[in-house]
Amino acid sequence: MTTFRLNGREVTVDVPGDTPLLWVIRDEVGLTGTKFGCGIGMCGACTIHIGGRATRSCVTPVSAAEGADITTIEGIDPEGNHPVQQAWREIQVPQCGYCQSGQIMQAVSLLKDYPSPTDEEIDAVMAGSLCRCMTYIRIREAIKKAAATARGDASNG
Amino acid sequence: MIKRIAAAIVGIGVAGGVGFLAYAWYPAIAPVAPPPPSSFSAAQIERGRVLAAGGYCAECHTRTDGKRGVELAGDYKMDTPFGAIFSSNITPDPETGIGHWSEAAFKRAMRKGISRDGTQLFPAFPFDHFTHMTDQDIDDVYAFLMTREPVHSVKRDNTVGFPFNIRLEQAGWKLLFLHEGPLKNDPGQDAEWNRGAYLAEGLSHCSACHTPRNLMGAEKASAPYDGAPVDNWIAPPLNEHNPTPVVWTEDEYFKYLRFGSAPLHGSAAGPMSPVVHGGLSEMPESDVHAIAHYLAQIDHSATRVSQDPKAIAWAMQASMKDLVGPQVNPNAKLYAGACAACHANAGPQPVEGRPDLALNNALWLDEPTNLFQVILRGIGTTEGISTVSMPSFYHSFSDADLARLAAYLRATRTTLPPWTDLEKKAGEVRKTLPVPPVASSH
Repeated sequence: MTTFRLNGREVTVDVPGDTPLLWVIRDEVGLTGTKFGCGIGMCGACTIHIGGRATRSCVTPVSAAEGADITTIEGIDPEGNHPVQQAWREIQVPQCGYCQSGQIMQAVSLLKDYPSPTDEEIDAVMAGSLCRCMTYIRIREAIKKAAATARGDASNG
Repeated sequence: MIKRIAAAIVGIGVAGGVGFLAYAWYPAIAPVAPPPPSSFSAAQIERGRVLAAGGYCAECHTRTDGKRGVELAGDYKMDTPFGAIFSSNITPDPETGIGHWSEAAFKRAMRKGISRDGTQLFPAFPFDHFTHMTDQDIDDVYAFLMTREPVHSVKRDNTVGFPFNIRLEQAGWKLLFLHEGPLKNDPGQDAEWNRGAYLAEGLSHCSACHTPRNLMGAEKASAPYDGAPVDNWIAPPLNEHNPTPVVWTEDEYFKYLRFGSAPLHGSAAGPMSPVVHGGLSEMPESDVHAIAHYLAQIDHSATRVSQDPKAIAWAMQASMKDLVGPQVNPNAKLYAGACAACHANAGPQPVEGRPDLALNNALWLDEPTNLFQVILRGIGTTEGISTVSMPSFYHSFSDADLARLAAYLRATRTTLPPWTDLEKKAGEVRKTLPVPPVASSH
């Protein structure tokens, strides 16, 4: 048995301790916004937050999440209006969209550490989140726009 | 004449032997009826609970291999160069635990390493540290243990081979290495230092893991806190030989020992995690401060701390290396893809919760053991910085991948010479992990 909080709700699951957290989130709890990409923590599609920090859920055993406070793409804003999500919509970042919930979760985490990120900081932190559609340029733009919104700037400059 | 000399030598030898036996022989202390819990005050039991946590009793007296045992019921497997030693049951079960032990018998075990029945205990039980505790503290621990639920549990037999299994030899060991009795107050030091010394050298026995041991399994008096291998990890040096670029100041020690993470050094993982989260977390904050205060004097950090700003500035530059612009180095790509999202720091200081590898202990030690342990196992939410976790890359990386990642990090995030035989060492660490943490999905 492993117990943790998922998007503010307490969840207890009865699965083997070595089950990847991603499988628990998608198959046991039924939240499918978080995607399975490479399965080895090298692409970022499965990124969620554990204790507020971006974490690859496909290589995190559920036993390592005991007592954790977990947030998925469904949980960062009740209406889907987190500044990062707004920026993503306004700039129309996604193409196929498969990697985007992981991108958004990583970006939200990035902005906590670096509220006004430079290109270098964005590149360093987002490098582990791959996008086969090559939306990187728009991702970078949206991150800067979200940062500006969070700062209260009138425009993203 | 020759006969007489020979007789004299034999005589001295026999007398010496008899003397040694007299020294080594201890009587059994008569069994007592288990004391009823009402014979201890609630305040004393609570003091004992905190002390038992700070001495990590449960860490070595609870089975962890195979099926986890009941707390304090013993049978923890400790691998030593002499063989495996299985710890004893210290719940108050009369038959298999210490239910029949009087307070005097318990105190003798803590001070001298003698069991109630008079047999010599192996120094795997750190009585060479507990001997330094006060009478009051030992009595309080006794009160705590004797008020636990008795658990009937028989431990497995030790696999210590001849001649080291002759327990009488332990008496000789003690003659050489046991400095019996409570720690003397050092009037030349302040009260906090003395409190820290009492805890670090006695109850919390830091050097039991952080000081290398000699051929007889005793801590080397010539190399205190020089670091040592333990349980397939490395307990880093706590003295000035600690190789990290930023010194371990009192503040860093305190954060590490209290919260499981020193922002300029890394997290408490592996065997150190329960020390922090299961042990010191129960101690008053002032005691953890005292230990930090004491350790910071062992490493003379005050005399070296002025170098830190330069070291941090250097580390912040190293941290961003190869992460900007086109990535052509395949090892850098491996790092950028798997690690940088959580570990890259742009500075001027590392972000809290974003452990910087150019500052991290694991990269600066003489061997890559701890680095491989952490990458392969990950760090759960009950370890290191509690509330956050690091995934396990057991199935992501082959030993060859681990080797090139380690070589790359050592070359770009430290100023030290390269590690050797990395692929082989990665495989050795992997083999020590009992169960792959994540089931393979492919």
